[in-house]
Amino acid sequence: MTKTKLEELQKTALKVREHIIRMSTDGGCFIGASLSCTDLIVYLYNNFLNINKDNLNDQNRDYFFLSKGHDVPALYGTLAERGFFNPERLKNHLKTTDFIYWHPNVNIPGIEFHSGSLGHLLSVSIGVAMDCKLRNHKNKVVVILGDGELNEGSNWEGALVAASKKLDNLIAVIDRNKFQANIETEDLIKLEPLAEKFKAFGWGVKTADGHDFRSLERAFSKFPIIEKKPNLVIANTIRGKGLPSIQARADRWFVNFTHEEIEMLLEELHGHEKARIQSEPLMVR
Amino acid sequence: MTYEDVLKELVQEDERFIVMTAENRVAIRNLPLLIGDRFIDTGITEQTLIGSAAGLALRGRVPIVHALATFLTMRGFEFIRTDVGIGNLPVKLVGGVPGFLSEANGPTHQAVEDISLMRGIPNINIFCPADEEDMIICLKKVLESPSPFYIRYTNQAPLVKHSDDFEIGKAEVVSDTGEITILVYGILFNQAYIAKSILENEGKTVRLVNIRTPKPVDEKAILESVNISNLIVTLEDHFLTGGLYSIVAETLLNNKITATVLPIALENKWFKPALFNDVLEYEGFTGEKIAKRILDKLK
Repeated sequence: MTKTKLEELQKTALKVREHIIRMSTDGGCFIGASLSCTDLIVYLYNNFLNINKDNLNDQNRDYFFLSKGHDVPALYGTLAERGFFNPERLKNHLKTTDFIYWHPNVNIPGIEFHSGSLGHLLSVSIGVAMDCKLRNHKNKVVVILGDGELNEGSNWEGALVAASKKLDNLIAVIDRNKFQANIETEDLIKLEPLAEKFKAFGWGVKTADGHDFRSLERAFSKFPIIEKKPNLVIANTIRGKGLPSIQARADRWFVNFTHEEIEMLLEELHGHEKARIQSEPLMVR
Repeated sequence: MTYEDVLKELVQEDERFIVMTAENRVAIRNLPLLIGDRFIDTGITEQTLIGSAAGLALRGRVPIVHALATFLTMRGFEFIRTDVGIGNLPVKLVGGVPGFLSEANGPTHQAVEDISLMRGIPNINIFCPADEEDMIICLKKVLESPSPFYIRYTNQAPLVKHSDDFEIGKAEVVSDTGEITILVYGILFNQAYIAKSILENEGKTVRLVNIRTPKPVDEKAILESVNISNLIVTLEDHFLTGGLYSIVAETLLNNKITATVLPIALENKWFKPALFNDVLEYEGFTGEKIAKRILDKLK
C-alpha cells in the first residue's frame, strides 16, 4: 500500500469517526461498537469491494452485509463519505422524517438489508452467495459479524452450511473487539480458540489487525484463502478505537453524550485533551 | 398433475424459482434429479434455510421452502418475521404435516398455532388447501404472487371436485345457501363435507365455504354467510386462539355485526397423538361428530 493511499484511508476513517461521534448525542448511538469496525468498513469500501452508488442494480457487483447492525453509524459515515448520499443527511439521525436510527434501514442508499437481530445476516449472505454461484457471477459477498454475536447458534448452523455448499465467494469478517454488550467475551461465553473453531468447521481463516490498513490489505489480498472453502477474516479490534477516554471500556457500548461532551470528544479524536465524560452509559447488565 | 409436477414446470419455465428444504423431501423427493442445482437442501437448519431463502430473494429468486410446519414456523419464526416479513420478500414457506396431519408424532410436531403466528406478521399471506386437488388448482397463483406466503401442505385425497375459479383472497363457496354455514380451511374440509351430508339427512340445509386463503381472507364470503345462515360454524385443526374463529370474530366486529358462532377447534390443548382417523375420532372432528356438535348447538 502506498503512503498516499494509507493517508487517504486514515483521513477517511477520521471523518467517519467524526460522523459517529456527532451521531452519539440527542439520543445517542452504539459508539463503542461503531468505532471498533470503522477502519474495517472504510478499508472494505475504499480498497476492496466493487460497490459504488452507480452499480447497486448490477448483479455482478459485490455485496456487503452488516450483521451486527448496531454499529451502523460506521457504515452510514462510510457511505456518506463514498458519496452514496449527502453527509448532511446524517443530521437526520433519530428523526422521524428519515430512516437513520440505531440499526440499518434499506431506505438509505447502499444498505443491502436490515439487521439488528443478531445471527441473521450470515444466512442471508449464504443465500446471496449461493445465487452468485448459481449464476456463475464472480463477485464477492462480505458480511461483518460481531464477536458477541457469535453466541447465537444460527451462526454455527450457517458455518456448517456455507462449508458444505463450498461457498468460497463468501467472506465473513469478525469484528473481534472482545466485548459482548457490557462484558468481555472471554468472561461470559468463551470464543477462543476462534480461528481453530472455524477451521474445524471447514473454513479458510486469516487474522488481521482491524485498525492497521496494511494488515487488512494483507488479509484481503487473496480469496479464496483455501479453494472451495468459505473465508473468515478475524479482525482484531478495540472497542471505542480513536477515543482513549472510552476505549476498551465495558460501559461505553452505547452512550448518549451531551453537546459539550461531543465537542470534547471531537477534540480528543484529533489528539487533544482527553474528554471529561459525565453522561451515564447504557448498561444491559 | 402432482405437486412436484407444478414445481418442476415452474422451475423449468421461470428462472426465478428455487426449491429448498431443511432435509424434508417427502413432497419433493423426485425433484433433485429433475431440477439439478435449482434444488437446495440446507440440512436440518430452519434458521439458515429461511435466512438464505431471503438472500436468494434479494437476488431476484422466488424460493419455495419446505420443512415440517412446526419447525418451519416456530424454530424459524424470527427469521420469517425479520427477514421475510420486514423485507416483504417473495419467499414461499411450505409447511409439511400441519395440524392433525402430524398424526402420532406428538405435541412437538403439532403445528396448531401456525396460522395464528403467520397471520400476525405483516406482509405474509396464508394458503390452506382443502386437499391435493384444491392445492394443485391454486398453487401456481400463490407461488407466482409477489407476496410471501405460508402454505399448509396436504396430500389428502379430494372428496369433491373443486372450482378452478381461484383468486388470492377468494373463498370457494361449495354450496351457497343454508340455515347453517360451515367455514373451514385445510384438511378438515372433507369432514365438513361429510357433516353437511349428515345434517342434510336430518333435514337441515348447509352452506359450505372452503376458505382457501385465511389471509387475505374473503370477508365478503364471511359476511354473506351471516346474512344467509342462523348459525356459523368455524372448523379448524388449530388452537381456538388466533385462527379462523378469531378471523371471523375480527371480521364481524369490524363490520359492527354479530352472529351465533360455534367454533370447533382445539381449546387450549394439544391433541392426542394417534393415526389420523383415530385423532379425528378421539378429538371429535369426524364428520359425524361435527354434525352432532352442530345439532346439539341447534337444540
